[in-house]
Amino acid sequence: MSEHLVDIRNLHLSFFTPAGEVKALNDVSLFLDEGEVLGVVGESGSGKSVTASAIMGITADPGRIVSGKVIFNGHDIGSLDEKELRKIRGKEVSMIFQDPMTSLNPVYTVGNQIEEAILLHTDKNKQEARERAVELLRLVGINEPEKRIKQYPHELSGGMRQRVMIAIALACEPKLLIADEPTTALDVTIQAQILELIMELKHKLGMAVILITHDLGIVSSMCDRIAVMYAGKVIECGTTDDIFYNTKHEYTKGLLRSVPNLYEEESTRLVAIEGTPVDMLNPPAGCPFAPRCPQCMKICLKEMPPYHEFSDIHYSACWLTQKAEFEEAGKGEE
Amino acid sequence: MTKYIIKRLVMAVLTVFIVATLTFFLMNAVPGGPYEAEKSISPQAKAALEAKFGLDQPLFTQYLTYMKNILHGDFGPSLKQRGREVIDIILTKFPVSAKVGGLSVLVSLIVGIPVGCIAALNRGKASDSTIIVIATIGIAVPSFVVCSLSMYLFGVKLGWLPTVGLMSWKNYIMPVFALSFYPTAYIVRLMRSSMLDALGQDYMRTARAKGVSEAVSLFKHALRNAILPVVTYVGPMMAYTLTGSFIVEKVFTIPGLGGEFVSSITNRDYMMIMGTTIFLATLMVFINFVVDIVYKIIDPRINLK
Repeated sequence: MSEHLVDIRNLHLSFFTPAGEVKALNDVSLFLDEGEVLGVVGESGSGKSVTASAIMGITADPGRIVSGKVIFNGHDIGSLDEKELRKIRGKEVSMIFQDPMTSLNPVYTVGNQIEEAILLHTDKNKQEARERAVELLRLVGINEPEKRIKQYPHELSGGMRQRVMIAIALACEPKLLIADEPTTALDVTIQAQILELIMELKHKLGMAVILITHDLGIVSSMCDRIAVMYAGKVIECGTTDDIFYNTKHEYTKGLLRSVPNLYEEESTRLVAIEGTPVDMLNPPAGCPFAPRCPQCMKICLKEMPPYHEFSDIHYSACWLTQKAEFEEAGKGEE
Repeated sequence: MTKYIIKRLVMAVLTVFIVATLTFFLMNAVPGGPYEAEKSISPQAKAALEAKFGLDQPLFTQYLTYMKNILHGDFGPSLKQRGREVIDIILTKFPVSAKVGGLSVLVSLIVGIPVGCIAALNRGKASDSTIIVIATIGIAVPSFVVCSLSMYLFGVKLGWLPTVGLMSWKNYIMPVFALSFYPTAYIVRLMRSSMLDALGQDYMRTARAKGVSEAVSLFKHALRNAILPVVTYVGPMMAYTLTGSFIVEKVFTIPGLGGEFVSSITNRDYMMIMGTTIFLATLMVFINFVVDIVYKIIDPRINLK
């Protein structure tokens, strides 16, 4: 049994495509405690969503866990069969997705889709489920829930649909809510409302949240801890303060540099990270970020750096920190 | 809704009117006439017959007379089948065709929809490939080949099934099989591709994330979205199948309406051509109307205006 709510240990997950094995997750270890908010950031294809789907046990074909463990709320997800997983999904862990426009089934009413989750996981009858659905819609801040419940998704705006998705996710008061880029497809003003709503509900219901995003602005204000992913690896992980003010990995530094600054006097060009993301079919032998890293050394291209711990919860995988450490030690001896 | 139905009714009448008008003038534009081919007929007798049925009148007068008559529900007498009214011929022969055709529609739906779903669910596997190959053959092979082959195999060689007429339920097997072969294959292909499309949609992932079982997510969430293209196809297909197929009826000697369509044209039986065409057009318009209503029931996004 694990003391963490989510405990991912040395997870290797691959997609076996006709073109070859794509190692989507390569030795990922992460944990999350009850009531905590973990931000997972990284560019497209870095393995953020795959990590989330592994926790839910909904890894899409042809993806498979090769080795490692995902332990959620005491369940070893990899060893459960589909039937056992279904009991966990939607009840103990829920997920909301990027695009609320397509995530709801267009041919069923909003009420039907919320009630479905309630009826699946509780003993409530139809009438009680309906009442609960109205209550949930009110909880996520939708006006006139009695009227909305009879409407179809196409009759609602994007922000409202995402609220409905959240209502579905919260139907059985899960211990963990995974929000996979919940605001990417929404207007900026709606984004803020949805994020506020998620945080408010987190406090009300005391659930843990994994927030997947590539918007550093969002994670800085919402998360307790942040994991930075690159090419299927967690390359740096620590508290929000660690990541923003005590940055260790060159990739994280690059990410922070490329955030546009509102307060700069003169308008400057946006700083970009040079190069292109890794070809996951043929990943480089060493550190995956090495080909794009401004501080790249010889060893970076040959060998993957081990994790270096700066504190109990702040660690990163970079040869530069190892080198700094080594030099520090050398100085001490002199 | 009432407004919509009234609008559709007006459109329906207009459609049938245009079809009737076009058919009338097109059929008269084709050389020949109902009494041209008969050798035994004398010029006097021919003139008398033409005068009897008003064929000696100017074309436009004939048109006006015909239109006036059908407004009174009078489709006129058959010009070739002496002493029989067009409406009687249609009313006696349509039920025969509709019985065979209706069974064929049922078979093609009952077989086509599940098989298409099975193919989609097993995408890329052997069962999927087998289904695709059979469906492609079903679309490519013309019905007279299916008729002749099944007749030869089951009727003559094995002697399992009767080859002529509609005396018992056994008589229905081969014609229904031959008639439903193409639509079944077509529905399988439609269903497979739209099911694949539905399975890849985000709402299917939402359903999985909710903890919905495979069966429920398939039947509740995917099927209802995937079935729309099939409904679109089944509408017109139904009208054609119910009114009978010339080939299938000829091969199995079924006294249905399908034969009348073709023979009325070769015989230049003007009244019969008009009657069968107006009948098919009306049926088609009606079925399309029903399809639109069904559409609205299945997909609430569709706006009937």
